[in-house]
Amino acid sequence: MDWTAGLQGLVGGVLIGLSAVWLMATLGRIAGISGIVGNLITQRPKGDSAWRGAFIIGLVSGPLLIMALGGGLGNVVGHPGEVIGSPAGGVGLMLVAGLLVGVGTGLGSGCTSGHGVCGLARLAPRSMAATGMFLLTALMTVYISRHLLGLGGGV
Amino acid sequence: MSQSNKSNWMKTAAGYAAGLLFGLGLAVSGMTDPARVVGFLDVAGAWDPTLMFVLGAAVVTTFIGYRLVFKRPAPLLGGVFQLPTKRELDGKLLGGAALFGIGWGLSGYCPGPAIASIGGLSLPLAAMLVAMVLGWFAAKRLAP
Repeated sequence: MDWTAGLQGLVGGVLIGLSAVWLMATLGRIAGISGIVGNLITQRPKGDSAWRGAFIIGLVSGPLLIMALGGGLGNVVGHPGEVIGSPAGGVGLMLVAGLLVGVGTGLGSGCTSGHGVCGLARLAPRSMAATGMFLLTALMTVYISRHLLGLGGGV
Repeated sequence: MSQSNKSNWMKTAAGYAAGLLFGLGLAVSGMTDPARVVGFLDVAGAWDPTLMFVLGAAVVTTFIGYRLVFKRPAPLLGGVFQLPTKRELDGKLLGGAALFGIGWGLSGYCPGPAIASIGGLSLPLAAMLVAMVLGWFAAKRLAP
């Protein structure tokens, strides 16, 4: 097992948790990315958009800051010094996946952050059910594509 | 600067700080690498436990932090705590989560890492982001 990767996972996870706590403490909001960004784009809520836009700029600038520091703090598999990994497939696969992620998080009112991090921390039954469901279908999808259909790393 | 302008700037700055912390967390943990995510989901292959550490640490930190935050009557910068109040497990929640999981498994991207990876933009990632936004509009149409 790769202990350095696991340790970086713990540190990164704490930072993500601190972000969620900070957002609730200051603005009273759940740190759910699909909600923050999705509602900004589809509704442009008046008087409630600026912090969402600023959140997105912050989200993008985090990895850029790590890159500017030399990338040594990145945790890309097999590429020390890199911060952002390559996509797991081509344009066609990403169009399908993106549509599923958008429709799914829209209908299901949340993603890995809103349900997975904030919802589980609140012990919310809906978030526990949603997290169990998306983990299950994600595990099944990877099993079917990699091991039954034999589509390797590149899908 | 007027009082309300000042408060708006502070809210925007607080939003930026939250996003920055989140982006740093995703980068340091390796969640900006789809191979890490798919490696976690590939339990029958060379399993990569990293995501379990990320989610575990994030949930425990948030669990403890929320308890401290909710001792206060209201958020520091005004307004109220906006928490979901729905309790029932309906088809929309579970069906949506199921579809999301398929897309997540195919790409290794959930919304946070996909957006946080814009600094390393590639054609497939751009396709992912555009389709995700279209998906959000479609969900709004399907179930307003």
